[in-house]
Amino acid sequence: MRFLPTDEQRAFARSLDAMLTAAGTPPAARAWAAGDPGPGLALWRRLGEAGVFALAVPEAYGGLGPRPVELAHAFVEAGRHAVPGPLVETVAAAALLAGLAERGGTGPANRFLPALASGGTTASLVLTGDGLALDPDVADVLFVVAGDELRIAPGHTGIRVSADPVRRLARPAPGGEPLATGPAVPASAARARRWALLATAAQSLGVGLALLGRTVAYAKQRTQFGAPIGSFQAVKHRLADTLLGLEFARPLLFGAALTFEEGDLAAAKAACGEAAHAAARTALRVHGAVGYTEEFDLSLWLRKARPLRDAWGTPSWCRARVLAELTATAGSRGTG
Amino acid sequence: MDLTPTADEERLRAEARAWLRAHVPAAPLPSLETAEGFAAHRAWEAELAAARWSVVSWPERYGGRDADVFGWLAFEEEYYAAGAPGRVSQNGIHLLAPTLLAHGTEEQRARVLPPMAAGETVWAQAWSEPEAGSDLASLTSRAVRTDGGWLLSGQKTWSSRAAFADRAFGIFRTDPAPVAGGRPHRGLTYLMFDLRAPGVTVRPIGRLDGKPAFAELFLDEVFVPDADVIGEPGQGWEIAMSATGDERGLTLRSPGRFLAAADRLVRLWRTHGDPADSALRDRVADAVIGARAYRLFTAAAASRSAAGAELGAGSSLTKVFWSRLDLALHETALDLLGPEGELADSAWAEGHVFSLAGPIYAGTNEIQRDIIAERLLGLPKGRR
Repeated sequence: MRFLPTDEQRAFARSLDAMLTAAGTPPAARAWAAGDPGPGLALWRRLGEAGVFALAVPEAYGGLGPRPVELAHAFVEAGRHAVPGPLVETVAAAALLAGLAERGGTGPANRFLPALASGGTTASLVLTGDGLALDPDVADVLFVVAGDELRIAPGHTGIRVSADPVRRLARPAPGGEPLATGPAVPASAARARRWALLATAAQSLGVGLALLGRTVAYAKQRTQFGAPIGSFQAVKHRLADTLLGLEFARPLLFGAALTFEEGDLAAAKAACGEAAHAAARTALRVHGAVGYTEEFDLSLWLRKARPLRDAWGTPSWCRARVLAELTATAGSRGTG
Repeated sequence: MDLTPTADEERLRAEARAWLRAHVPAAPLPSLETAEGFAAHRAWEAELAAARWSVVSWPERYGGRDADVFGWLAFEEEYYAAGAPGRVSQNGIHLLAPTLLAHGTEEQRARVLPPMAAGETVWAQAWSEPEAGSDLASLTSRAVRTDGGWLLSGQKTWSSRAAFADRAFGIFRTDPAPVAGGRPHRGLTYLMFDLRAPGVTVRPIGRLDGKPAFAELFLDEVFVPDADVIGEPGQGWEIAMSATGDERGLTLRSPGRFLAAADRLVRLWRTHGDPADSALRDRVADAVIGARAYRLFTAAAASRSAAGAELGAGSSLTKVFWSRLDLALHETALDLLGPEGELADSAWAEGHVFSLAGPIYAGTNEIQRDIIAERLLGLPKGRR
């Protein structure tokens, strides 16, 4: 057993971190929120070139995957840098199409997977018919699963404002081109959900780490009553608890990437989501009023923590899955 | 990155499982915090030792199996999953033994470790004093040089297992109180002493549930030979700190203990849970998630340690986590039991009382949070 990232995994995460740091993601996120996806899509292409989307796509379709551990590393970095866009949805859509292909429906995989793997196509996805889709106005294609049918939505309702303005939400329009029907669809949708749980959990962890890092730096530099506020025990203990939450969520994330069991993925999602949400509360508390302003970049991560906690499985849903898995007589293993 | 056990770990696990299945007492032993239970647990330790299961991570020559930390973790998972009794020897095995292995002489190891492994000598820790709990550096019990050894005087308290144990270990001031501005950590010496030696008075203290789990020790010129000093006189602080790192870190509270408890909690939830009470259901799930998180965190820490890294202040993260998890597990169990949770003679009730002490012993959680903030996050020192 060696439950540590390999040198290659570390190097991959470091290279993404360096690339995103150099690119300067906050302006891209702000532009995305304002309806200008240009800079965000430029980032998207860089991530595609780095192989991020290929990690969820089988080699037969131009991918490098499935490689959930590497994907988790990549999405931690995406979260740490607040990269905008339907990243999780694109990965989940790719997993859905790969699942269909394995069950004999290779048409949609041939049509979409190579471009999804390279980052050339962005996708959004809803697995519950009339659910809210993320960024359907930017995504090249909006996949909709309703029961045992997969279709491409012909459009969407008006964009609704999210608590995180970088997340732009709308409901898919009815109708549209059918891509597949039958029992392969819900089975593949279940696989898509696993990837979505993993990617969202990783993104949450990254958001939490960014919030903690920024807050620790602020607590060292901000003085009140003649001392850095980070020397006050009340501040220290909150930050220690924040680190504790994140550090014990991290191994759940990577353990789930290895087993790929839904219960493990749900546990990771709950823990990462709650830890990031708690980190956001602490970050705001320690920053005080400056943290409450939109213009301060901290807001990009502060507002992301809660929507990510609830996307693709609320904490309560995740917890129910964890217990359901324990009572299930048989579970399916593996990334298929 | 992988979680696949090695063939050696698998073998050890399978062998442990088979042995435990055949030997774990069918009925739980009486509480080890009582005289009767202490004797029963001592006999269990002897049985474990006879099959070389009492100290799997020790070298073979002292009764162990030379298992690495992954083997030990696998054994512990099997041990607790089998419902095996709590370990009456744990203070010796997890606190004193690592200290002797790191700082003791070969003579000390050969003399002390085998009877410890067999439960013949049960050790109590004697760290705390009435005026020195988490602030160990402020302790005042002293050891004064005499012919061929030292004379111990002073008072130790809240000494786990001391009510029934044979011997104890702790640190004592061998230099007078430091001059103003001096460092209180200097001039402390780590030594072992006999709880039945002349000059020792043991007064059991009932814990919250009345069981005499720990004791006060009054020491009046108790003789300790030089052979029972660990390391050099004056080095006690450094040596003790390496032991408290173990106490908070990997070895005292193994994940297996919490995985097994979470398992029992899920079973309790199935029999006692109200399906409509999703808040309680979520707490059960959180206990399961917490136990898994602890197992995986430990696997990562063990992997780092096997790769040569020091656990360091990371042991403070571990300590706060397991103590909170233990409390949450037991509080949730009592809530599931409802009014029956009030009954004090259940395993959950006894475990609950023990879990209440978790945030206090091995350095309070407040001290641990200071360590986390200062050493892991790099925040400035401060006290308010």
